[in-house]
Amino acid sequence: MSAKVEELIKEEHPMERLLRMDRIPHIWCPTCGLGTTVTALSTALEQLQLDLNNVAVVSGIGCTGRVAGYMKLDSFHTTHGRAVPFALGLHIARPELKTIVFSGDGDLISIGGNHFIHTARRNVDMTIICVNNFIYAMTGGQVAPTTPLTAKAATTPYGNWEHPFNLPLLAASSGAVYVARWTALHVRRLTAAIKEAISKRGFSFVEVIAPCSTLYARINKLGTGLDLMKFYHDNSVIRHGADLNDVDIDFQSKIVVGKFVDIEKPTYIDCLNEGGKRAFGDKYKPYGGGNGNN
Amino acid sequence: MKFWRTPLDIDKLQIPRGELHILKERCKGCAFCVEYCPKGVLELSEEFNSKGYHPPVAVKPEECVNCDLCEMLCPDFAIYCVRTEAGEKEVTT
Ligand SMILES: Cc1ncc(C[n+]2csc(CCOP(=O)(O)OP(=O)(O)O)c2C)c(N)n1
Ligand code: SF4
Ligand code: SF4
Ligand code: SF4
Ligand SMILES: [Mg+2]
Repeated sequence: MSAKVEELIKEEHPMERLLRMDRIPHIWCPTCGLGTTVTALSTALEQLQLDLNNVAVVSGIGCTGRVAGYMKLDSFHTTHGRAVPFALGLHIARPELKTIVFSGDGDLISIGGNHFIHTARRNVDMTIICVNNFIYAMTGGQVAPTTPLTAKAATTPYGNWEHPFNLPLLAASSGAVYVARWTALHVRRLTAAIKEAISKRGFSFVEVIAPCSTLYARINKLGTGLDLMKFYHDNSVIRHGADLNDVDIDFQSKIVVGKFVDIEKPTYIDCLNEGGKRAFGDKYKPYGGGNGNN
Repeated sequence: MKFWRTPLDIDKLQIPRGELHILKERCKGCAFCVEYCPKGVLELSEEFNSKGYHPPVAVKPEECVNCDLCEMLCPDFAIYCVRTEAGEKEVTT
């Protein structure tokens, strides 16, 4: 069916340069925001004019996790929660690559939460793009550690009563050197943030609030993904450098967006070399690395 | 176009123009492009594509300023815009 639909299309969309067209149309639902976030990443990569042979995208499992499978780059679809440790191994083995992790809130922050905080703590030079749709979408809308208080999920039909993580605060307090949050509607600012994050030496984190129409919006009776985009339009507050204690997201509350953290700090490989020099002096041969910047 | 003051270089300014391409068969009718086009160029059509969605149609194609917002927001890679040099309009107040 899908292949037949593609046969009817005679012209080439500019995004096709970065997509595996044999897998398009993608599986995402109508009014899902994930496709928009892929355009933001692709546009960022094109605008940075990077050698795409030196860019790798790693995803875990979930609707967002399918991004790696759609990008025409060296891309890796890992097991659930293990995108970050896979990316860490890739970075250590091939430090000249730009390593980008693109995955969901459940994948990165729930099952993969420990990898996330420790990789941030070590300031490993990689970019994490986390699409937060407030739910485990792919498996049917179970509650996630990002589901706002009182929001409904398939497993919390009377409303979630657990405190969710505040992702920018979690990333920054764990050691990230770049932290930003935008919604899928802010597609240009999101693209600019992804460009900055990829160019940053160290652990950079971009949270993207995006609509899941089929589960989050439906279970919470919020309409379609278009209604969620309109909600972001009316309720996003741009506050660069905001106090991260104030950027929690409550159910249908204001969403504070912006660039929150942009600092310099030695990376994991910098510290490894520093430690080696301290211990072995001139006998130590520094290990090469930086995210393609050096 | 309305300005709050007349730009000093008004004689040099030109409003870009774009030519829209809608890949109807790939569209899932989300209407992101329709809702957020700053010039109100698009509407969802009555027509169905083979998946059963209503793709957008340009009702005011001459108004398009090639801002690319429809292309950036479309989650299905189903619409894009190309700048046309020929059709550029002079800016007047
Ligand atoms: C080890 C393991 N546990 C559980 C699952 C089931 N599982 C698949 S995707 C997913 C959650 C994905 O949520 P998220 O990362 O937020 O992605 P989304 O679908 O919302 O984009 C879960 C629990 C799995 N595939 N593997
Ligand atoms: S279930 Fe939700 S996140 Fe997954 S494709 Fe559908 S709308 Fe998108
Ligand atoms: S390029 Fe801009 S002005 Fe033209 S149709 Fe798209 S959104 Fe509207
Ligand atoms: S944004 Fe894309 S998928 Fe949505 S209606 Fe417009 S062309 Fe169709
Ligand atoms: Mg999710």
